Amino acid sequence: MIKAIVFLPLLGAMFAGILAFVRVGKDKHYKHKVDTYAQWITSGFLLASMVMSWITFADVGLSGNAYTVTVLSWIQSGNLDLNWALKVDALTAVMLVVVCTVSAMVHVYSIGYMHHDPDVPRFMSYLSLFTFCMLMLVTADNLVQMFFGWEGVGLASYLLIGFWYSKPSANAAAIKAFVVNRIGDFGFALGIFATFIMFGTVNLDVIFGNAASMATANISIFSGEFHAITVICLLLFVGAMGKSAQLGLHTWLPDAMEGPTPVSALIHAATMVTAGVFMVARMSPLFEYSDLALQVVTVVGASTAIFAATVGCTQFDIKRVIAYSTCSQLGYMFFAIGVSAYQAAIFHLMTHAFFKSLLFLGAGSVIHAMSDEQDMRNMGGTWKLIPVTYALMWIGSLALAGVFPFAGYFSKDIILEAAWAAHTSVGNYAFWLGITAAFLTAFYSWRLIIMTFHGTPRADEKTMAHVHESPKVMILPLLLLAAGACFAGWGAYDWFVGHGAQHFWGNAILVLPAHSALEDAHHVPAWVKYLPLVVGGAGIALAYVMYMFVPSLPGKVVQAIKPIHTFVFNKWYFDELFDAVFVKPCFAIGKGFWKVGDQQIIDGLGPNGIAHATQETAQKTGVLQTGYLYHYAFAMLIGVVLMVTWYMIVHVG
Amino acid sequence: MIETLVFYMFALFCVASGVLVVTSRNPVHSVLFLILAFFNAAGLFVLAGAEFLAMLLVIVYVGAVAVLFLFVVMMLDITVTELKRGFQAYLPIGAAVGLVFLAEIAFVGMTWTTAPSAQSNLQSATNAEGQNTVLLGQIIYTDYFYMFQASGLVLLVAMIGAIVLTHRKRTGVKKQVIAKQLARSAKESVELKKVETGRGI
Amino acid sequence: MGEIGHTIGLAHYLTVGAILFATGVFGIFLNRKNVIVIMMSIELLLLAVNINLVAFSVELGDLAGQVFSLFILTVAAAEAAIGLAILVVFFRARGTIAVKDISGLKG
Repeated sequence: MIKAIVFLPLLGAMFAGILAFVRVGKDKHYKHKVDTYAQWITSGFLLASMVMSWITFADVGLSGNAYTVTVLSWIQSGNLDLNWALKVDALTAVMLVVVCTVSAMVHVYSIGYMHHDPDVPRFMSYLSLFTFCMLMLVTADNLVQMFFGWEGVGLASYLLIGFWYSKPSANAAAIKAFVVNRIGDFGFALGIFATFIMFGTVNLDVIFGNAASMATANISIFSGEFHAITVICLLLFVGAMGKSAQLGLHTWLPDAMEGPTPVSALIHAATMVTAGVFMVARMSPLFEYSDLALQVVTVVGASTAIFAATVGCTQFDIKRVIAYSTCSQLGYMFFAIGVSAYQAAIFHLMTHAFFKSLLFLGAGSVIHAMSDEQDMRNMGGTWKLIPVTYALMWIGSLALAGVFPFAGYFSKDIILEAAWAAHTSVGNYAFWLGITAAFLTAFYSWRLIIMTFHGTPRADEKTMAHVHESPKVMILPLLLLAAGACFAGWGAYDWFVGHGAQHFWGNAILVLPAHSALEDAHHVPAWVKYLPLVVGGAGIALAYVMYMFVPSLPGKVVQAIKPIHTFVFNKWYFDELFDAVFVKPCFAIGKGFWKVGDQQIIDGLGPNGIAHATQETAQKTGVLQTGYLYHYAFAMLIGVVLMVTWYMIVHVG
Repeated sequence: MIETLVFYMFALFCVASGVLVVTSRNPVHSVLFLILAFFNAAGLFVLAGAEFLAMLLVIVYVGAVAVLFLFVVMMLDITVTELKRGFQAYLPIGAAVGLVFLAEIAFVGMTWTTAPSAQSNLQSATNAEGQNTVLLGQIIYTDYFYMFQASGLVLLVAMIGAIVLTHRKRTGVKKQVIAKQLARSAKESVELKKVETGRGI
Repeated sequence: MGEIGHTIGLAHYLTVGAILFATGVFGIFLNRKNVIVIMMSIELLLLAVNINLVAFSVELGDLAGQVFSLFILTVAAAEAAIGLAILVVFFRARGTIAVKDISGLKG
């Protein structure tokens, strides 16, 4: 069955891909028919995968039957021996559920959202292709297959962000996403190489089996000795940083909002960006043996969380706010991993998938209703006109802010408790930053809701007249996701981080006895348990004060802290910094190589140079042909003299 | 004694005429000096004992070729030009080449000897009897017959070629074509017109 | 025919021939005036060769030299005729026979 789950989306992608080449011309009826085929076949396959993934979850996770299915042999070359194989254990099962559910919902949603788009089959094909690659990633039983899925989702992300390729900003965003991801991928690749050097294999089971014995081994790089597992883990984490938009390699995520909203929901909320979290959790047997790597993960995660939360407070584009929110929540997941609470991180991954995609798709509904308006400054006063969307956004935001009894409360709280319970300096750093980020998260989430739905309408009358609820095909997926956002946390708490956790996870995640943060998290003082809730409430209250009751307050606050506000509004000037330090020198070097190296030197000495030299020589020699007879006769005479002289010298001496 | 004097006279005039051919400003003068050079060369030939060739030189070269030159010079409208300054530009290299040439010729001239087997390699050995013309005639029409005919062909081709090259149709030349004249009928040439008295045509 | 006198030897005739030859060669490319002079220089060259041939013929007692000289004469006449015909046609086409203007072969 696992093979069906993984390969059905691929079939759907190929089918829709072929349909994408069908020329529909101007015939609307025919186009509608082709589109419908593409949409329903891909969605049907995905829905089947989704149902099968739930069955697998029940089978593997709840009943504990982990297994590996080999599909094909791949590489047998010297010491490198790996197969296409699908490894299914509890971690995989969770990811399968997340990926298939969200992807299926996005497919169905896209039927409605992309209804008027001229390129529907291509879109559905890319979505299914992405799903296939993501499934390959989570079911990989060796690092190279995981890398294949990794690269595949990067490719799908590029294709989908740049889906509307006639927009230059979309193309630029797609390239940016791909290039920044690539930097991470390079680190990942180096990590795989280091793993192969140390362990002699890239098969995950074998690596995990040998991890304990390699705990103190050293690797020599450039004549320096370093702790091997730390090096491997740091390199792998660089990959995760790129894919999951952590601080430093995060610049692509806000720009990725150039893609259609279903893409943002699927890729940049629930699945692709969580691939980094999944990978680190999967490699937990290695990470456990490297304290330094775990500390780095914690610090980076916590810093990302606070950074993204601050920027999200100032943005006006509805999708960007949610994008920064995603970035922030990913930071949460990483610092949870950093304190060895892998289970909590995956738990949060799952709940986050539900409510974040709900928020994104809801934002899509809003944008659809407001006739493609994305700037919140031009919205407002719509909650009575689109009540279902309004309610769904409320549910998503409550889950995000971590209000009891919604999903986010359970997962966020356990993370913060674990961070506190780690009792390490980095843990404390993470805890306090996480609390602050929780406050800011609640604040900007309600800022979004109030600006979008409440107050006097700031859009023009024509737009307001057009505001309408989305069709059923778009609402139904949202309802399913809302159900997840409501109940997933409360229902799955026990299995993931509670008493049933050991039985649930089995061997999927290793936590050394020394790293007992998750265990201790259940015994923290009461104030730690309730602080997130309190700050969440405070954030909501502040948002209401600033945007509902005293609307002039935000303006005054911005004026008061203008420099800070400008700094935060411009994303802490990361893009400008990278542009100056990396992009411009890179272009300059490239230009130098092109103009000087290629054109002047290689072309100059090679084809162009030879052609030029030939022409010049020919021209200079051509001067000899003057056309005057006596010149020619003179030449003949000189020739004769030379011949005679030569003859005399040679023969007569 | 006389022989030496005569030789030097002929030689001197020949060489001087040759130089003057090249350096004359007036092309007609050049042709005339060429004729003089030929005459003196004929004289040299007579001195050497090849009188048939000498007469041939006079009749053919002077009488035909040089006259042809004169015809063409007169026919083309050639202006008398000055010796151009370009002469100076070539002088250094020309002089150098000339000197080298001269040196080589002098060297050859000084070290040259007749090969021992020369006598046995003679093509058409002569004896002292008989006139030059008679002896020549004896071998031309026998040993060198094919060359003789070939040279005749060469002359034929040259003649045809010269005519073909320079022939052009002249407009305005009235020429009788007898066939056309005879083929004319009365109808084309005469026309009867009734003329009324007191009026013209 | 007679013997060459003791004071006038082969060398004398050859010298004359050489000088005439040199004159002809220089006449070809040292003249700027017109093409006819070039043709006359060629005739001078041929004359020099003839002198050379006849001198050797008499010296060695071999009539072949004179026969050959005869044929050279024939060919020279033919060549002069054709050359002048070409010159006439060229003059008709170009209107000039100044050497400096004839550079149509310029490459």
